[in-house]
This record gives sequence, structure tokens and C-alpha cells, in this order.
Amino acid sequence: MLKDEDRIFTNLYNDLGPDILSAQKRGDWKNTSDIIKKGKEWIINEIKASELRGRGGAGFPTGLKWSFAPKEVGSRPHYLVINADESEPGTCKDRDILRFEPHKLIEGCLLAAYAVNANKCYIYIRGEYFNEGNKLQEAINEAYKKKLIGKNACDSGWDFDIYIHYGAGAYICGEETALLESLEGKKGQPRLKPPFPALIGLYGCPTIINNVETIAVVPTILRRGAKWFSSIGKPKNTGTKIYCISGNVNNPCNVEEEMGISLKDLIEKHAGGVTGGWDNLKAVIPGGSSMPLLPKNICETIKMDFDSLVENKSGLGTAGIVVINKDQDIIKCMARIARFYKHESCGQCTPCREGSGWMWRMLERMAKGEASRDEVDMLMDVTKQIEGHTICAFGEGSAWPIQGLLRHFKKEVAKRNNFNPLVNRNKNIPYLVDQHLLDK
Amino acid sequence: MSIKKISKEQPSEFEFNKKNLEEVQKIIRNYPDGKQQSAVMPLLYLAQKQNDNWIPLVAMKYIAKLLSMPYIKVYEVATFYSMYNLSPVGKFFIQVCTTTPCMIRGAYDIVNACKEKISDKEKELSKDKTCSWMEVECLGACINAPMMQINDDYYEDLDKEKTENIINQIQNGKKPIPGSYRGRKNSEPENNRKTLLNIKNA
Repeated sequence: MLKDEDRIFTNLYNDLGPDILSAQKRGDWKNTSDIIKKGKEWIINEIKASELRGRGGAGFPTGLKWSFAPKEVGSRPHYLVINADESEPGTCKDRDILRFEPHKLIEGCLLAAYAVNANKCYIYIRGEYFNEGNKLQEAINEAYKKKLIGKNACDSGWDFDIYIHYGAGAYICGEETALLESLEGKKGQPRLKPPFPALIGLYGCPTIINNVETIAVVPTILRRGAKWFSSIGKPKNTGTKIYCISGNVNNPCNVEEEMGISLKDLIEKHAGGVTGGWDNLKAVIPGGSSMPLLPKNICETIKMDFDSLVENKSGLGTAGIVVINKDQDIIKCMARIARFYKHESCGQCTPCREGSGWMWRMLERMAKGEASRDEVDMLMDVTKQIEGHTICAFGEGSAWPIQGLLRHFKKEVAKRNNFNPLVNRNKNIPYLVDQHLLDK
Repeated sequence: MSIKKISKEQPSEFEFNKKNLEEVQKIIRNYPDGKQQSAVMPLLYLAQKQNDNWIPLVAMKYIAKLLSMPYIKVYEVATFYSMYNLSPVGKFFIQVCTTTPCMIRGAYDIVNACKEKISDKEKELSKDKTCSWMEVECLGACINAPMMQINDDYYEDLDKEKTENIINQIQNGKKPIPGSYRGRKNSEPENNRKTLLNIKNA
């Protein structure tokens, strides 16, 4: 278990208060100008050396991303955009950072913006987090008052402004280019990449987009050193991470732990175990709803980091762990996730727009046992037609959970949906228009 | 994609009040010169707030003129995002999260409570015309599941009985306290917390 002194988010449960005085007692805003004076190169190299990987889902190395921004500011200004559009089912870590550790985020914004030559930062918060946004705004106002941000922020000579922009309930705006579209006042439909936002992003200017958690850990890394951060966890999967453990556990909670901790430890130690005991475990979604689920036998030994999960054909994603026990109908759970994706598809690419609804309708019938034997394979085929054929990763996100279901629970699905289509049995299938085909 | 119904009864006029007009200027200043189109989302929120929690078509036309952008662009944005209500909702607008993490912890009990207490169908006003409810997708409070949102506030760790209590309170004109309804603090484990104990006990 991670030692308390190695925890970055010491106010995760709001024992201490989110205001600036308590934050400064915890070490935020300490010698920020000294860090800035060490220079942009140093900051980027330190983040590279810490091997910090983005906490928003894709796990892209943060230092590398920052180094993509042009070194000199040309005719177009640079922007830093913070993605606080946390909507992945199973994930609620950013909410607690916005509420209880806003100063870590704001300080991180200043340092990151300085490193990538940005004077302006937009924080895109999902519209439902209205109260959390207000708390962040209070913290921003406090920081302005103490001259920690604004003109000549922290006496460093760098001008820096932060603005909050609220989303309005679109999951797709968590995708970075859709977020930029939304920030520009359009509907949130992802852009083609390349060009990548680091060169052509917000208003056509170079833009670096990072998740809330990624930016909030930056000040602590720079203060305590890349070596300290990379000594926690495993090589290439370093540092600490906030895990959200929800679903059928006794004590659902957020907890900061090291990368590469075993899933069983997380569930048993921190979340009070699976409801009905470990043997009652059916499956776990390890990284938010987009990641394929894992059956119990893999859950016994799996480690929670990017690479171990990819080896098991899943992913760490946002580390939103959803525990599903045997009291639940696994097909129904996945059908509900499919409905989520059907609802949230932006409608730009046909495979996703049509396919997400198709998958949902099939799964709903499969949950009731109304699908035929052939359709189980057809469902797999549909997921393959979506995956990789869309502009953004939403296509994969909607297809993977269903592929996971079929990979691990195909027998169960096939057992429930076992009737032979059309010919042998005279079954009234309401969705079949050509009922006469059933005639013998 | 979700279908949004636009109200058949539309008011003929809409204008921001004086206070909101000042707010509009403040919002536009947040964005670079010439990029005032970015302000369309915050402005739609303002309009929604001023107009009893829904946006009429005239308000969209008004905002389009205000930001010198085509009306269709405003209409696109208003219909794309699910949080803009294009037909009237209750003064207390209840949104119940029913996505998988909430569903497996009993979100449909809350839905049933809403059906019994408010109206049989989603997006329909209750008899006393104060409340309406709808199912929504993940609200991002999964560890506090099941939960619902009433206007801006989150009500967490609910069950059927607690939901009925909350609805009773709002129907009697009281404001229930937001937050966890199982007495836990934010997102900490309810018992057996293992981390940061020094700080907790300090």
C-alpha cells in the first residue's frame, strides 16, 4: 500500500478544506516562481523523466505531448486547455480534484502553460458539475487576489489567465478535438487528426490539452523531483493514480494508490470487498465503461497499470473500476452501456451513429433471450465494423465493451439465445417483417 | 443520438434583462477578439436561467444577433447538447442517472419513486406543475451511486425511501440538503478507511 507521505492528493476527502490557506499549508504554491525560473526546458525534461502518462484515458506521455508545442510563439498565440469533461461511466476522480484540490490544478495550469508558452488557459468543465465549477472559480479568484495568477504570475514575469467554460451534457466533448469545437461555440463533433491540436488546435492555434488529474500532479512532481515520482509504480507506468471503485462493493470510494497495484487489493482493502464476498464476483470493468470487462479468473491476479491491462486485452482508461457481482445480469449491464453509447454518439460517422444503436437493440433482445443463435456472431461482426472506422476513438469505446462481453461470456449469451432462426421452430418474432418465412 | 422535442408553444419575445446583459459582456471578454461565437454556450445557459429553465426559439435568434452568427449555428448547438431544455420543465428538474454503475446499485428504484411521486412519464410536469423528471446518462458521481440531480445539486447514496422523502420536501417548498444520504463524507469509504488517517484525526 502507498505510504501516506507519498500521496499527492492529501485533501481527497476534504478533511482539510479546499481554500487557499489550507492549500498553502499542504504545500501548494510553495516556491512556484523558483520552479518557473528553472526554465521551460527543465520543466518539460523533468516531466519526461518522471514518465508521467496522461490520466484521461489514452495514457500518452505528458512530457512528450508538451514538447510537440512549437518552441517559439509565432504569429498565433498558444493555448492550454484542461479537459474536465469527466463523463466516462465509472469515473469521478476529477470531480474531487475540482472540489477539494483546486489549487493543485491551478498551479499545475500555470506551470504547464509556462512550459508550452501559453498565456491563456481554458478549463472545460462538464455542465453538470456546476457546483464544482463554482468552487474552482472561487479558488481562481483567490489565486488572482494573491497575484499567484494574472499579470506577472507569482512574480515570475509570466502573464497567465484562466477561464472556465461549461459543457452542456455531451460525453463526446471529452474527446480532445470535439472539446475544441465545443469551446469554439460549435456542436461537439471531433475533427480529423492530423493536424494534431499541438500545432492546429483552438482557433487554429497551437493547443495543448490535458486531463485534470495529469495537470494536478505536475506541481508535486516538479517539487519532489522526477526520481521520486518514477520510483513509485512500475517502469513506464509510474506514479500514483486516483482509482474510483464503484458498483457492487461494500464501500465504494475514491482512493489514491500507486500504479500497478493489484485489482484484488484495491477491491478488498479499500472498497471493503465485493458485495457477497469475493466468490460472488462476476466481472470487473477496469477503466471506465469503454474498456472491455475482465472475468473473475483474470481479476484474481491482474495489476492495475496501462501495460498489464493491455496485455489482457483491456485498458486502464480512466481507472474507473466498476465491480459487477453475480446478482447482476451481465448482458443487461452491457446493454445499458450500449444504450449510453447510442445516446452519446455525435452522429458524424455512419458506422458509429448507426452501429451504436444496432448493438444496443441487439443486446436488449439478447438480455431477454429473444435473439437467435446466429445473431451472437453477427453482434461481434457489427463491433468489428465500427472499430477503427470512425474519426475518433468513440467507435472503439462503444465496440470494446461488447467485444469484452463476447470474449469472456459468449457461452452465457449463446445459452440464453439459442433458438434456431426462422426455420425449425414456429416462433413469433415481432421484429421479423417477413413472418411468412416461418411457415412450414 | 438523442431526439430533442421543441416546444409547440413559443413566446414571441425574448431579451436579456439588464443584469444578464452585463454578464453577457463579461462572458464575451473571456474569449479572444472576433471569437465571440465561443460565448454561445454560456449565453444559452443564461437564457435558460432567465426563462424558467428552458430556451425558446426567439432566444436563440436573439443570441445569434447578439453574437453576429447565423441562427442555424445557435440552433445546432442548442439541439446538440442535452442540457439545454427546448421545452418547459418543472421548476424542480430532477435528473436520475441510470447508467450501469448506478443501475447495478438500484437506480431504477429511484426512477420508480419518481414515477409514483411525480408523473408516469419522463419530461412530464407533475400534477402541481412544480416538478418533472427524466433519466439521464452518467452524471459522474459513480462512487456515490445511485444518485440524482435536482437543478444544480447532487443527491447521492439514495434508495427509494430517501428519494420519496426528498421529493416530498421539494413539493412542500423546502430545499433538501444536497450530498450523501447515507451520512458519509464525500467520496471516502464509509467505514474501514485506510488512508490519510493522521489528517482525518488531526
